[in-house]
Amino acid sequence: MLDWWLPENVSTYGQEIDWLFHLIYYITGATFVLVFVTMLAFIVMYRDRPGRRARYTHGNTPLEIAWTVVPALILVVLTFLSVPAWSKIKMHVPPTDFDVNVTAKQFNWQVTYPGNDTVFLDEMHVPVNKVVRVHLRSQDVIHSFFVPQFRMKQDAVPGREIVQWFEVMKPGKYEWPCAELCGFGHSGMRGWIYVHPPAEYAKWAAENLTAAATPAAEAKPEAKKPEPRKEGKGKK
Amino acid sequence: MSATGATAHAHVGHAGHHELGFIRTYIFSTDHKMIARQFLFMGLFMMIIGGLLALVVRWELAWPETAVPGLSMILTETGGILEPSQYNMAFTMHATIMIFFVIMPILAGAFGNFCIPLMIGARDMAFPVLNMLSFWVGALAGVLMLAGFFVPGGHAAAGWTSYAPLSAVPEYTGVKWGQNLWCISLFVLGISSMMGAINYITTIINMRAPGMKLFRMPLVIWSLFITAILLLLALPVLTSGVAMLLFDRTLGTSWFKPSGGGEPLLWQHLFWYFGHPEVYILILPAMGIASEILPVFCRKPIFGYHAMAFSMIAIAFLSWVVYGHHMFVSGMSPALGMAFTVTTMIIAVPSAIKTFNWLGTLWGARIRFTVPMLNALAFVSMFVIGGLSGIFMASTPVDIYIQDTYFIVAHIHYVVFGGSIFGAFAAIYYWFPKMFGRMTNTVLGHLHFWPTFVFFNLTFFPMHIIGVGGQMRRIYNPMQYEFLQHQQHWNVFITVSAFCLGLGQIPFVVNFFWSLFAGKKAPLNPWNSNTLEWTAPSPPPHLNWGPTLPMVYRGPYEYSSPESRDDWLPQTAPPVTAAGARRH
Repeated sequence: MLDWWLPENVSTYGQEIDWLFHLIYYITGATFVLVFVTMLAFIVMYRDRPGRRARYTHGNTPLEIAWTVVPALILVVLTFLSVPAWSKIKMHVPPTDFDVNVTAKQFNWQVTYPGNDTVFLDEMHVPVNKVVRVHLRSQDVIHSFFVPQFRMKQDAVPGREIVQWFEVMKPGKYEWPCAELCGFGHSGMRGWIYVHPPAEYAKWAAENLTAAATPAAEAKPEAKKPEPRKEGKGKK
Repeated sequence: MSATGATAHAHVGHAGHHELGFIRTYIFSTDHKMIARQFLFMGLFMMIIGGLLALVVRWELAWPETAVPGLSMILTETGGILEPSQYNMAFTMHATIMIFFVIMPILAGAFGNFCIPLMIGARDMAFPVLNMLSFWVGALAGVLMLAGFFVPGGHAAAGWTSYAPLSAVPEYTGVKWGQNLWCISLFVLGISSMMGAINYITTIINMRAPGMKLFRMPLVIWSLFITAILLLLALPVLTSGVAMLLFDRTLGTSWFKPSGGGEPLLWQHLFWYFGHPEVYILILPAMGIASEILPVFCRKPIFGYHAMAFSMIAIAFLSWVVYGHHMFVSGMSPALGMAFTVTTMIIAVPSAIKTFNWLGTLWGARIRFTVPMLNALAFVSMFVIGGLSGIFMASTPVDIYIQDTYFIVAHIHYVVFGGSIFGAFAAIYYWFPKMFGRMTNTVLGHLHFWPTFVFFNLTFFPMHIIGVGGQMRRIYNPMQYEFLQHQQHWNVFITVSAFCLGLGQIPFVVNFFWSLFAGKKAPLNPWNSNTLEWTAPSPPPHLNWGPTLPMVYRGPYEYSSPESRDDWLPQTAPPVTAAGARRH
């Protein structure tokens, strides 16, 4: 029953998301406790007892102004704290020379690297501590690029290219599910993102991304998984 | 308004001359109270289907790919094991039915119809025939929606949001007529809702009893008035959207298909432009119901009547400019997302005002813990949780992570079940005596309320936890993901709680039908309420009151007023002194 919480974060901007998450968690948690303690106290104190008449009052203007202004101020602060992180994550891709193309289809992630035609199915390899620019497309329906440990999510919309980025701080193998309902095979549509130390990544790239390299990616149809749709190209 | 009273008076004399036959009384009735009952029965019937679908979904999530008990008769080929496409159909139809055919018919349809004329002192709706048509067109929509379960290819399986192009191209889901019927049914339902909305608005503006000023109206009438305006403006957008979707599917247009130059995000803009006001269409009547019931059983006036009315108006205006918060990671311009963050944070303020005013109403009260009051208190507390979890989503960076996870599922169920459904239960227990002329059974009421309240929380609260853990919505088998396996015990826990929640509804069904036929005869005003409906007989006859309409002298919440020795002072009681008449 332990680890009830956010999965471990490994991306740079994930820290900001987690910080905001915890801030809102404490603010809403405190509000929750305040409201519920007050409510329970009132329910107990003001239960119907003989001989007492309810207080005849239609309101209290200073009190009402207070509980309008205080939540409004808290929300303004939250807005101002949210906007910079949002702008950093979604609006300004840091300069980088590392690009990767992801084209989603029912029910796979197809990954290609610039200058190489090999399509890697459901796996992506990137170096650690490097800004990775993702060119996200879809060839059929809407999918959503979700890597829980990167705190990254972006829908892939057919007919347009959406540029996103992430930078991972820790090497490892990270699960990469689709988060938007994309058909009967939606559940189980997932890949893995392998984050390598620089030397290891260079070795992988040399083996797989040079012209002579044999495609290492392989389709891995699972027993229960519905067949991928036919028009998928570049598979295996 | 006195002119209206005079015509209605003439009506009463006329109505006495002929008895209406069975069909005109019970089936094609133009009486708002009968139409209200029809909407109520339709909503409760559909709630059984929607609830069973929810249990199917829950079974699949707790024990993936095992035979669902009782489904082996229907799914003979797999022996009761749900296939992924059938699972998608189950959650799609659970949400569609609950939103469009349970909550809207019960809150807006049944209680809108029942309360509006009775609580403003009118003899019926402004357009009784249109009202009848509204129900029967709505029932047709329900039949069309249910018909989708029986067509080859199965029912719609693209989620209740039916995002294009998944929903727009039959090959992507394998669903053919199911999705078409989904579109047609919602189109028809949209027409029904618009007819109802026009009627509600006209009735409230034109047919209030003498003395029923706008700011003497009960808050539930305010909420229904605002809901009707939202319905009138939001539903045409949905009906246009589903028509375009149907054209894409059947006539080869390309509104939403990029292959023909269409734009998938156009659907989302249309859908959520309707969809967010829709959320308030679902919750505003429940807010009104809670604001109505709390003062009655607190025996004191609602705290901040004007603030309550104006905050609902503010919510209604703001509901048009927050819809983009459903689309933060959709590919919509991130700059636009920023604007929607601001509006979304703003709309939390009127909701906070309402919550604090409900708490203010409890302050210094004399609370009677009747069954409707318990449900109203549950509404307030659950709405608080649903509102607070919404703040996580309003913060765009946090929303990146929790979008499309079970955190969202938890949030919407706290608002729509914890809010709207507890509001609906409160309303049913509160107005049952007036609606059917009989009291409900209190013991069964408690036997229904307590398990519902406890198991509701045990079902939906842990969804926040698995959502924070990253579990996506609409997945068929969480065990397919390594990062979700460690929290699978929560899915089992939630499912067991959900089944208990389902069993907890049995006392309600028993209570409802038992009370309908054998309940104690209801007195005129069992709760000692101030509002006008309690001055009409239980149940009120056709045209509601005898020859004279009630005359309104004051606001609806004059409980424990120093003007009266009792702890209530009906809106119709003439003032004792001239000074009293000017009080409100």
